[in-house]
Amino acid sequence: MLPKSGDRFSEKIMLETTTARQRISRGFGMKTILTSLALLGLVLAGTAAATTGAIAQEEAHNEAAPTHFPIHEPKEMDWSFAGPFGTYDKAQLQRGLKVYKEVCAACHSMKLVAFRTLEDLGYSEAQVKALAAEYTINDGPNDAGDMFDRPGIPSDYFPAPFPNDQAAAAANGGAAPPDMSLLAKARGVERGFPRFVFDIFTQYAQGGPDYIHSLLTGYDEQPPAGMEIPEGTHYNPYFIAGVSLKMPNPLSDDQVTYDDGSPQTVDQYSRDVSAFLMWAAEPHLEARKKTGFRVLVFLLLFGALVYLTKRKVWAGVAH
Amino acid sequence: MSEGHSTYTPKTGIGRWFDARMPLPRLVYDSFVAYPVPRNLNYAWTFGGILALMLAAQMLTGIVLAMHYAADSTLAFDSVEKIMRDVNSGWLLRYMHSNGASFFFVAVYIHIFRGLYYGSYKAPRELLWILGCIIYLLMMATGFMGYVLPWGQMSFWGATVITGFFSAIPLVGDWIQQLLLGGYAVDNPTLNRFFSLHYLLPFMIAGVVVLHIWALHVVGQSNPTGIEVKSKTDTVAFTPYATIKDAFGMLVFLFIFAYFVFYLPNFLGHPDNYVVADPLKTPAHIVPEWYFLPFYAILRAITFNIGPINSKLGGVLAMFGSIAMLFLVPWLDTSKVRSAVYRPWYKLFFWLFVIDAVLLGWLGSQPAEGSYVFMAQMATLFYFAFFLVVLPVLGLVETPRRLPNSITEAVLEKNKGGGGGHPARATAAPETKG
Repeated sequence: MLPKSGDRFSEKIMLETTTARQRISRGFGMKTILTSLALLGLVLAGTAAATTGAIAQEEAHNEAAPTHFPIHEPKEMDWSFAGPFGTYDKAQLQRGLKVYKEVCAACHSMKLVAFRTLEDLGYSEAQVKALAAEYTINDGPNDAGDMFDRPGIPSDYFPAPFPNDQAAAAANGGAAPPDMSLLAKARGVERGFPRFVFDIFTQYAQGGPDYIHSLLTGYDEQPPAGMEIPEGTHYNPYFIAGVSLKMPNPLSDDQVTYDDGSPQTVDQYSRDVSAFLMWAAEPHLEARKKTGFRVLVFLLLFGALVYLTKRKVWAGVAH
Repeated sequence: MSEGHSTYTPKTGIGRWFDARMPLPRLVYDSFVAYPVPRNLNYAWTFGGILALMLAAQMLTGIVLAMHYAADSTLAFDSVEKIMRDVNSGWLLRYMHSNGASFFFVAVYIHIFRGLYYGSYKAPRELLWILGCIIYLLMMATGFMGYVLPWGQMSFWGATVITGFFSAIPLVGDWIQQLLLGGYAVDNPTLNRFFSLHYLLPFMIAGVVVLHIWALHVVGQSNPTGIEVKSKTDTVAFTPYATIKDAFGMLVFLFIFAYFVFYLPNFLGHPDNYVVADPLKTPAHIVPEWYFLPFYAILRAITFNIGPINSKLGGVLAMFGSIAMLFLVPWLDTSKVRSAVYRPWYKLFFWLFVIDAVLLGWLGSQPAEGSYVFMAQMATLFYFAFFLVVLPVLGLVETPRRLPNSITEAVLEKNKGGGGGHPARATAAPETKG
């Protein structure tokens, strides 16, 4: 047991620990206590898995009065901007903008998005100017001290449909429709273990657009028998915060005219507006992914060189 | 280590002139070039350097972000969005800073667990360990206040919940809470003082880091065997050996960091923080940043009154107690052997503790209801048992494995044993290097 050489330090340790151990293990059943503590730890890890399953079962029981939302998880769609080389589909963003302008904008503001940034969607400077001019912006005060209306210019932001949140809430049954600038990043259904671990490797970051698309296409489903839907709300099993929401089904087939021949269906509208909202929330996504690839390639090459250098430096030294 | 005399000899006239007046180059040379480090340090020892790098990166990105940020409750949220949309490379700065905070904590947790595994806190490194614990506390305060600055829903409600802890303290609790908030609720004064402190604390961290490194250079690094350095053959020079190894460790770490910054920048955040703070709308589940989740789980695990201590105060005490445990580790651990490598029982409990900490983290992210509460209570029990029972008792009853006589002996044994590199050269080299 003891080291042979004259190393006093470790020798002393060995002696002291051995005697201490003998002293104590005779008195109490310390090993038993330790073993049970170790078992407790293992049991903990085991119960974690078991109870998660039990909780899921509990929920499944009363379909008419669910306690966890959304009732259905968002459907995972194929998005052009997913993955390490993802880019926005400009035609899709333009269609999404059309849906926003003709449908959503009636109630939802998008106050962080400036007209000038719409050039990202493939519009020319002149087209953006014309588009901005369609809007009336309340500006001022002028030299006489009066507020005045003028046509929009590219540096303006999308004007809100209501003068303030209170007006928006009053016109919409008591809840102001959320601003849409960041909606695609501000919504996301929890992925849960172990999926969030896989998400790291699949680079799943489309929870927002998936959610919006599922919500917009989820109004057709009928509530289960016996479920109470509060008055003035609409059942949607994809809604994140309850069985139903104040917003009625906003989309119907052929509601928005597409001039590029894309299908004029609720599903297509929902995809397009979800993609557009992702752009609105993350306009520099393409630059981010492009830069990221270069950075990673650089780190990989530089890392490989440093590793080889490290091997050479340490070659003569056992460690 | 420091008792060894300086081997610095300035080569130029300017060098000699400087050395006679203010020997800063000598200090740098002695600390980062000639400084002897144990030859058997593994990659777990690269996290000290990684943490220094992360601190510098957080300060640099933070200083630029502060140039564009407006610490006012009516402007803060939009000013962050302005950074994300209009400031040149603003999205990069902001994502580096927010993910940098997370990776700072990733690195610090690995650093702390490394210390626990190899017994790095044992004499004569108690003060070094405590300085590290202070840095960790300062980091927690900085991280928490930084998360409030974007003024999203989680910022606001996280701040409301966390400052609410202080009101549980008897007598002075309300006063402390109001001092922190600058009022009775989280509002503009809170944001202003948090911004000020968020800017200040990193510099305090940097100060304590200097003390931490100073203490380290007095007692020298621990190493995987836990045996003190005994002769010159046990060590190699910091440069080039440790510098190149640290550099490689940093690059691997930066690779993973960059992967998140560029491809999953919001993975570690919460969607609700992209909704502007609304004092009238409480989010369904208020969760703190992931790096606080184990402590949050401990806080919520105390659902019962203990004598005069109600469950709220009990939770707060348990939470602060769980951090206080770290400060006591050097004296709670009674083992004379440092490294878990030679402590089979401790090794088992160490890994159970790691599992327990991860489990607590997951429980912290779940709603405090049903069987989650019981699981959190059991996990909390094990957390405290690890420090208060396992550490003291194990040192007395465990039979450690045979310790090698020296670091060099351990290294040579390992290389002889199995497939480690170049045995012939390895045995020849140690005497000539160092």
